[in-house]
Amino acid sequence: MALYRDEAVVLRTYKLAEADRIVVLLTAGRGKVRAVAKGVRRTGSRLGGRLEPSTHVQLMLHEGRELDVVTQVEAVHQFRTIREDLVRLRDALAILEAVDQVARERSPDPPLFAMLVGALRTLDRRPAALLVAGFYWKLLGLEGTAPMLDACVRCGTPAAGGDVELVALDLAEGGAVCRVCLPTGGGRRAVRPEALALVARILGGDLAGALATPAGPLAAEVTNLATQALEAHLERRLRVPRLLDRSIADVPTW
Amino acid sequence: MYASAVQALIDELGRLPGVGPKSAQRIAFHLLKLPDEDALRLAKAINTVKARVSWCRRCFNIAESERPGPEAPASTECDICRDARRDTGLLCVVEEPKDVVAVERTGEFRGRYHVLQGAISPIDGVGPDQLRIRELLARIGAEGVAEIILCFNPNIEGDATALYLSSLLKDLPVKLTRIASGLPVGGDLEYADELTLGRALEGRREVAP
Ligand SMILES: [Zn+2]
Ligand SMILES: [Zn+2]
Repeated sequence: MALYRDEAVVLRTYKLAEADRIVVLLTAGRGKVRAVAKGVRRTGSRLGGRLEPSTHVQLMLHEGRELDVVTQVEAVHQFRTIREDLVRLRDALAILEAVDQVARERSPDPPLFAMLVGALRTLDRRPAALLVAGFYWKLLGLEGTAPMLDACVRCGTPAAGGDVELVALDLAEGGAVCRVCLPTGGGRRAVRPEALALVARILGGDLAGALATPAGPLAAEVTNLATQALEAHLERRLRVPRLLDRSIADVPTW
Repeated sequence: MYASAVQALIDELGRLPGVGPKSAQRIAFHLLKLPDEDALRLAKAINTVKARVSWCRRCFNIAESERPGPEAPASTECDICRDARRDTGLLCVVEEPKDVVAVERTGEFRGRYHVLQGAISPIDGVGPDQLRIRELLARIGAEGVAEIILCFNPNIEGDATALYLSSLLKDLPVKLTRIASGLPVGGDLEYADELTLGRALEGRREVAP
């Protein structure tokens, strides 16, 4: 069995047998990797604390037939603030879930890895209302399925000349729809122009600027759209945004 | 394929946590080879547990009734809730009944418990609604709880549950604490990970002169 070294972010873990865990990693060099971490659920484990979801690690692994085996771990960054704030923790879990769904096993994807580490760093230092939405849209961009937002996806009229106003998003067709085309066909969602403009800004390279958007109805709309767009691409529901959003909303002050 | 009775046993064993198809097969054949009385003792133990044991209606710990009978389970309280010497103002909230056992072993805690029967884990589809959180809220006023100690696993699910409960409870007139997380006794400092050591530093206390 070959031994190799890689850098990774822990996406999630599963309990295995008495005290072990299966860790799902996004590695820098090999894409998604599943590995066994032995004994990590014992309180005295040296590895355990470093193999928690969201941790950025350097590790040594033994190549296995189905699962690799973790032999050494060093934490590059444990993102402590993420573990101490409910909104940050929810955002981190939402990002990790999305990456777990999109990443391919043993298929290197350096841009995805860089984007994940970048998002966790930003979340740790300067959380933003649009961080998860920004990440989802960028992820769709990497997947090559970002929506067309500069012209109507049905009739092709460009929005730039001011001839048409884009007023909805058709996730099935993959783009914005103008007011004239709106009544036809299903799968469309009415969207405020400001929300579409914000999505266009994120996809157009001004994520940093878009992240300044404060929490509120606009950020919520763009986040909702991003969740639906990613779910349409994955052809499955995401659990974290649906489950924890509602719970956090239940708490009076959030 | 095995005879259907054997296959049914393998299927049932395979549903147990941590038992894969191979192990299920091995255990089934082990049971087949056992003398009748040994195998039936297991069946009887399962029967007795199902007849006599239920969740405590107050704290959701395991509760055992004195003798098997139709009157028992639903209205039962656990030994700890029935113990009049327990401090009712102090509530230790844990994830699972096995955590009650772990805290009891320390002999340090004289209050009562509340078992959530899990921890928040959105990735696994477990949110606050799947846990005994509503029941916890109902107990605070009804039992005059003055202090709640959160006693969860020091992992991401435990953290999520603690953060959620602390925001939920922060406007209630109850003192909320969480057990300190730190270094295992007998371990070497140099092997501690940064998060554990950071938390241990944060939870430091004054050394008596
Ligand atoms: Zn059109
Ligand atoms: Zn009880």
